[in-house]
Formats: sequence, C-alpha cells, structure tokens
Amino acid sequence: MGMTITEKIMAKSAGKKRVEPGESIWLNVDVLMTHDVCGPPTIEIWKREFGDKAKIWDKEKLVIFPDHYIFTKNPQANRNVNILREFASEYDVPNYYDVGTDRYKGVCHIALAEEGYNLPGTVLFGTDSHTCTSGAFGMFSTGVGNTDAAFILGTGKIWEKVPESLKFIFEGNMPEYLTAKDLILMILGDITTDGGTYRALEFDGEAIFSMQMDERMTLTNMAIEAGAMNGIIKADEVTEKYVRERTDKPYEIFESDPDAKYREVYRYNVNEIEPLVAKPHSPDNRDTVRNVAGRKLTKCYIGSCTGGKLTDFYNAAKIIFGNEVKTPTFIVPGSTYVAQQLEVETINGITLKEIFEKAGCVIAQSSCAACLGGPADTVGRAADGEVVISTTNRNFPGRMGSKKSEVFLASPLTVAASAVTGVITDPREFL
Amino acid sequence: MEKIIKGRAFVLGDNIDTDQIIPAEHLVYSLSDPEESKNYGRFALSGVPLSQSGLPKGGIPFVDEGQYQTKYQIIIGGSNFGCGSSREHAPFALQVAGAKAIIAESYARIFYRNCVDGGFVVPYETSQKLNDKIETGDELELDLNGNTLRNLTKNETYQLRPLGDILPIIEAGNIFEYARQNNMI
Repeated sequence: MGMTITEKIMAKSAGKKRVEPGESIWLNVDVLMTHDVCGPPTIEIWKREFGDKAKIWDKEKLVIFPDHYIFTKNPQANRNVNILREFASEYDVPNYYDVGTDRYKGVCHIALAEEGYNLPGTVLFGTDSHTCTSGAFGMFSTGVGNTDAAFILGTGKIWEKVPESLKFIFEGNMPEYLTAKDLILMILGDITTDGGTYRALEFDGEAIFSMQMDERMTLTNMAIEAGAMNGIIKADEVTEKYVRERTDKPYEIFESDPDAKYREVYRYNVNEIEPLVAKPHSPDNRDTVRNVAGRKLTKCYIGSCTGGKLTDFYNAAKIIFGNEVKTPTFIVPGSTYVAQQLEVETINGITLKEIFEKAGCVIAQSSCAACLGGPADTVGRAADGEVVISTTNRNFPGRMGSKKSEVFLASPLTVAASAVTGVITDPREFL
Repeated sequence: MEKIIKGRAFVLGDNIDTDQIIPAEHLVYSLSDPEESKNYGRFALSGVPLSQSGLPKGGIPFVDEGQYQTKYQIIIGGSNFGCGSSREHAPFALQVAGAKAIIAESYARIFYRNCVDGGFVVPYETSQKLNDKIETGDELELDLNGNTLRNLTKNETYQLRPLGDILPIIEAGNIFEYARQNNMI
C-alpha cells in the first residue's frame, strides 16, 4: 500500500520508513512560528517548565511575527509586543520581525511564504490555527496551542497522530468569475466544519495546479475551517520558482503514491461551480451569491491571511476599477510586501492603490486587523447590527467584533462587486 | 488528579468555537498574573449568543455579570467543541472560571490537545447526544475511574468513551510532567 504526501513527510520527520493513519508519532520540527497573541504565553510556559537553563532548541528554526494586535492603543496588547521584543533581544533570536522597523512583515502566514520559510517536504508548527496555510508548499504544517509550542521551543519535538487523508480533485479550467475562495467554500459546504477533524485535506487536479501560490494558500488556509489538521498541495514548478526566488535552503519534494489510501475522494468540475458565500454564522453555511444577492451591506472588507494577498487585491481591483464604492470598504494588505505591490501592480496603467483610493476605499496598514475582532480601536471592526461581506476566513458569532453583527464570507471578486453596488452582488455582473 | 468531579451542568449546542469561549478582544490579559488572569474567568463563554447560553432555556450566562467564577463545573456540549482559533486562552479561561470537565460528542483537534497537554480541563467524549438530555443546573457526578456521568437531578447514568491514549497525560497533570516522568525531557 502506498502512502500519501502527508504520511511521507511525517514519516521522514519521525525518522520512520512508513507511518499509518491513527499512529501516534514524535515529529522533529523544522520551523516553529509564533506571534504576539500566543508568543508571550508560550515563552512564559517554556521558562516555567525548563527553568533557568531554558534553551531554545534551535534559534534558526524559531520565527516570530507580531501581527495580530499591533496598531492599537490597548496597553496590554502593546505589552505583548514588548515581551516578544525583549525575548528576541535577550535570547538573540535572529528571525524576529519587529513592528515599527523595516523588518516588519505583516500577517505571519503570508510572511512565512514571502521570507522563504515554507519549504517542500518540511514540518512547520505555529501557534495559530491558520498555520495550515503553508501546506500550499507541499509541506506539513499545522497549528498548536501555547503548551505544545513551549514543548517544541525546548525540545524541537511534538507528538501527533498521523491523520487520514481526504482528497479533493478539481478538474477543468478556472472560469474568470471563480477564485480559490469559491472552491474552499464549496468543500466546506460539503464536508462541514468538522468534516476534516484530525484529517489531512489534499488538493489535486488541473485547476489547482493552474493557480499561483497566492490562490493555493487560500485553499490550504481554510483547511482548518473544516477542522482539518493540515491542508496540502504537492510542490510543482510554480512552487519551486516561488521558493527559489526567496531562499537557497534545501528541500525535498514528496508526492502521494497512486495507490495511497484515502478516506474519501471528492471530484469537482470547476465549470459547474458558481460564486459562493458562507452565510452567518459559520464558514460551512454555504449558499450561492445569486441566492443572497440584494442583501444590503454596511461594510465590505478585503484582507487577512486568506483574502489579503496580491492576487486577491488584483481581482478586487479588476471590478472596482472606474467605480466608486457605495459601502464603507476596507483594504487591509496581508503583508507589507503586498502593501508595496499595490503601488506597483497596475491595471490599464493605474496602480491598484490608486484604483482603490479613487473608489473611496479605506486602505489600512498591513496586519490581522478586524479579521478576528481585536481591541475596540481595531480598524474595520464590526459593530452591533452591521452586515459585513468579507474575504476573511471565519464568520462565527462575534469573530469580526460584535456578536450582534452578521458576516458573509466571499471571494475578493464578490466582495468587490458588492462594494460597488452596496448590496451582495454576483461578480459575473461585472465580468 | 480528582477521580470524581461533582458539579452543576452548563449546557451548550454544537460548534462552540474558541471565539465564543473567549472573544478575541480579551486575549490581551496576562495568563500568569493571578489578578489579571481572573479576567479570563470573567469573560469565559461570554461570546456565546445569549439565547444559546445555558440550554435548554438559554439566557443564562456561564459567569454572572461582575463575577469571576462560574456556578457550573461541568460543561455539556454537542459536536465539534472548540473549533476555530488555536488560542490556548480558551481552555485556560474555562479552568480559571472554575470548570473542571467538558463532555461533548466531538472536539476540534487543537482545542482538545490544549485541554490535555496544558492540563486545564478534562475533555470527555460521548457517543450519545447528551445536550438534549441534561439541563443547565442539573447536579452531575463524573467518575473518571468508570468513565460514567451520573445525573443526580434526573437519576440517569450515561456511559462515556474512555480517555484512552491521553489518560497518562491527564493523570500526570500536563505534557511536561508526563515527559519528565517518562525521561523524555
């Protein structure tokens, strides 16, 4: 019996020839990522448990990005960043990307890719549920809590159960009105928010491999919305080109054997999928944009680790071009690199930034911002009674702020079309 | 580790995500400062829409306004308890509020790991749906030796799934104690 890509990477990391789903193994971790919300408690637990002689197992393998609550006056949030800063300085952590400096990057999952930490065949853990984003690079990546992260920080090891795999094959050429967000909303509607619990979601098919890394990362990012342990896409020449432009570190490409065992295989033809939304209050509450079209909005939001990448803004700008938004619309670049590129990338000779500005959008600084609510002064945060359409990844009650608000999740094309009309709108009306 | 946990039930529905367990705006308090960390207890389960908080009637807060401790020690959930964010603040908040155990049909992976590895609350699974049998306020007795839950108010007993692989970690207190006992660190 063959092995899946996830099983092969886990076996390599555990120093075994093969592993079986359900088996508990100890993994050797290649990269540990943390941020300002879960970094300070992780450091605290690590110091408490390993005492005065606490040693980082491998400084080069620890990466810290403040990104969640950084542009706020909240004193406790600012204290969290100070704790990271002092820790990085005391322990001489090379991969610390401090806010307020040129090194600041923005949202951790985007920054991991941009800074060359995502390497095919490696194992990455992070104190954030969306750490599964990195699986777009043909690697095993997943989220953990502070205690597990502190254990890794001291030992470089963690126990995990090998997940069963589900395979999602997308056939056909992506139509212009669809994005990766529509595909993952399709899956979530089919398997629900716990259909992937303790499982790996593997994405395959010509539509997947025709996508750039930005779009692939949207798919793997939202694997956690199905409860999945990881999402994964085999590395190909698109992946290798992206990685080689950013690092010369070694990596190894794995792929699933033809006779690998899957719990289930799902097949889709992308030409049969319509633009989709997730209605309040769950990412699996799928409907077509057509069915909810006309719903009046109070806010549009384009940002986050899933919807704040350059491709997302390019797609949104295609529709917003030459229009004015009828609803307050927030543009939050996922990284400082994306923010810079908004001033470089053009449509008909006009930069994306100018297109958004002329349309009346609010362009905020790069960070997690209102994707997860956050302190009261967070830009774009949802207030009581708001109806928001957003490119973010979660719409659980209160996720973007008030639990008395409603959040629809959709592709950047759909959010942009809705921003222009002020009501939920099918992007096909603009394309 | 307590082998018998007695307390009142607090009943919730399916898909209780970590934003409902501890909303993101409250993730800023220190977890180690005893005074400041009390706020996690104060806001535990404060993100659950009120109509679904304390079923079947609803409208019952887990922690009363202005208080830091709950009257309910055993949480009864449905399926996919703890989905969403990886924040360990979630099981921590439940522990600080005074919860000892959760009984649910299924859990999200990260939340489940956090409960066990951090030693915050005991997460039991049940193959039968209990959140329609037990009411908020019922007196319960959880027996970790027999993997049973007795509802003293209704005089019913429910069988729970044995804790299995994770029992030694729960018995040790947390993953670090477990690792030390096994000479792993």
